[in-house]
Amino acid sequence: MKKNNTHKKFALPKTPTGVEGLDEITEGGLPKGRPTLICGGAGCGKTLLSMQFLIKGILDYKEPGVFMSFEETAPDLVQNVLSLGFDIEKLKNEKKLIIDHVRVERSEIEEAGEYDLDGLFIRLGYAIDTVKAKRVVLDTIESLFSGLDNQAILRAELRRLFSWLKEKGVTAIITGERGEATLTRQGLEEYVSDCVILLDHRVIDQVSTRRMRIVKYRGSTHGTNEYPFLIDKEGISVLPITSLKLNNKVSSEVISTGVPGLDQMFDGKGFYRGSNILISGTAGTAKTTIAAYFADAQCKQKHRVLYFAFEESPQQLIRNMSSIGIDLEQHIKKGYLQIHSARPTLNGLELHLLNLRKLIQEFKPDAVVIDPISNLTSVGNPHEVRSMMVRLIDMLKIHNITVLFTSLSKQYDGRIPDPAEDSVSSLVDTWITVRDMEGIGERNRGIFIIKARGMGHSNEVREFVITNRGIQLLDVEIGPEGILTGAARGKNALNKKISAFKLQSELDRKDREVARKRQVLEASIMSLKNEFASLEEELSILKVTEQLQSGLTVDKKGTNKKAT
Amino acid sequence: MKNKEATLTRTDLYKFTLFISGMSSKSLRAIGNIQMINEKYLNKGSELTIIDIRENKEQAVLHQIIAVPTLIKTAPIPVRTIVGDLSDIEKVLRVLDI
Repeated sequence: MKKNNTHKKFALPKTPTGVEGLDEITEGGLPKGRPTLICGGAGCGKTLLSMQFLIKGILDYKEPGVFMSFEETAPDLVQNVLSLGFDIEKLKNEKKLIIDHVRVERSEIEEAGEYDLDGLFIRLGYAIDTVKAKRVVLDTIESLFSGLDNQAILRAELRRLFSWLKEKGVTAIITGERGEATLTRQGLEEYVSDCVILLDHRVIDQVSTRRMRIVKYRGSTHGTNEYPFLIDKEGISVLPITSLKLNNKVSSEVISTGVPGLDQMFDGKGFYRGSNILISGTAGTAKTTIAAYFADAQCKQKHRVLYFAFEESPQQLIRNMSSIGIDLEQHIKKGYLQIHSARPTLNGLELHLLNLRKLIQEFKPDAVVIDPISNLTSVGNPHEVRSMMVRLIDMLKIHNITVLFTSLSKQYDGRIPDPAEDSVSSLVDTWITVRDMEGIGERNRGIFIIKARGMGHSNEVREFVITNRGIQLLDVEIGPEGILTGAARGKNALNKKISAFKLQSELDRKDREVARKRQVLEASIMSLKNEFASLEEELSILKVTEQLQSGLTVDKKGTNKKAT
Repeated sequence: MKNKEATLTRTDLYKFTLFISGMSSKSLRAIGNIQMINEKYLNKGSELTIIDIRENKEQAVLHQIIAVPTLIKTAPIPVRTIVGDLSDIEKVLRVLDI
């Protein structure tokens, strides 16, 4: 049990290459203290990769290096990598790098009798000792085979050389030209068997892609896929296709959509930071405008936004957005916004992805806008686009970068999603659709939320208008047959106004009638009261007369009795 | 290893540089062979410099030495380079144009 544990813990010591992405696929780098073979056809980047290995070793890992070149002269090499921004002369002067050009010219050399390659060993050993090198490159040692005749000696000496390199404890890269049936023309893979990396340069549909594959790596696990790599002004970078797992951290911070009114359609009043948002819609439904709104809102909060425009140049985008009152230029000047424009057909998908990745790593944005992704289908089939999107989304999620895609959907009948949308719809967290709502001789824009993972959202189709002051979401107008838009909305509003007016005048009339009635009522009350009062008066007069008369009769009776 | 008299018989003097790596059997064979050639075919009319690249590593870089032993004929021109222990005397003579 304990043995198992220690067994598991053992990891082959590795030397990081410093080549972006390569260390990920090799899970740490090249085998430390052992030779690695890099093979590939002409012009696939062998020399560059090995040079980068040395330079990065010196700059990033403080490991001096020796470059033994059998093909290019030292000045040529210096020039070649100077264009990549590496100043070799400086490293040479600082005694951290030695470039030794080994010239083997068959026409100048004759062979007579036995020999060995001690000269090579001594030169290499001398160079290694001078700078205390930890990294060595032999580029391309196969040139010896064209310079010298005696194959038996050469092979024996190469075998000796590789074991000598191991003894020296240097991490070495040996490059080899790709052979027809074998990995290298001279079968170098026989001698260097610890790690073999194959480089490849292919052109498919007029789009060239460089790829890299680890053929073998003794004693270590490694990515086995073909990984596309890019050579640009900063050298080589490799993109692992599926090295990522879905275990990224999530944020519950909510950021504004930037569009007034749209926030209210989400229960959380916006998007989650680090989520990905798809805005799909047919042509001219203001996808770009919404994207620009989002970018603008982010920039205003001092977040950095990277905007990839596959359809418009930065200037055009800025101009168009300023026409609706969004000033993107100020954000660019302040350094919060970067707009990158490129035609999708400029590169293959892989290169686009690599470019995105590089820019993202350089700029470290908080949000990324890709406008639109549907254009990428022109350089790849939907399957490839999807796989690219998966990788892009994964990469952005890992860095907790919010990404907003726009996608142009073709006008379909009904609700069948477009292939481009289809390729990403299951990947995105929030999906907003803007669509045309055609009615009586007019076209209105409507926006609605198809999904919003982890957040309640409105089910309404909201109409919006774009004026020179920007997007404005209109209040929902509900008519007898559902939500109203455009002219119907206007008509409805007018109807409402008319009926309101009618109602009001009716009310006024009733009021007046009541008032009149009241007056009549009050008047009749008054007359009744008067009548009653006169009746009362009459009654009291009667009563008084009655009393007087009865008094008189009593007196008469009294006198009458006296008289009898 | 110099013979001034040879200059009298020949218009130019042969100058050789022999690069060896330590006193290995190949090195010794090469030295023996070139000395033999000097005596037998050049009437001692040559100048030989022996450089042990184990001692003088810069020289190996300077002269583009890969294989040892290497014999370089620096004069008369053309410069010729022969690698090996020079045991193929006929080839050596042909290459050195003797």
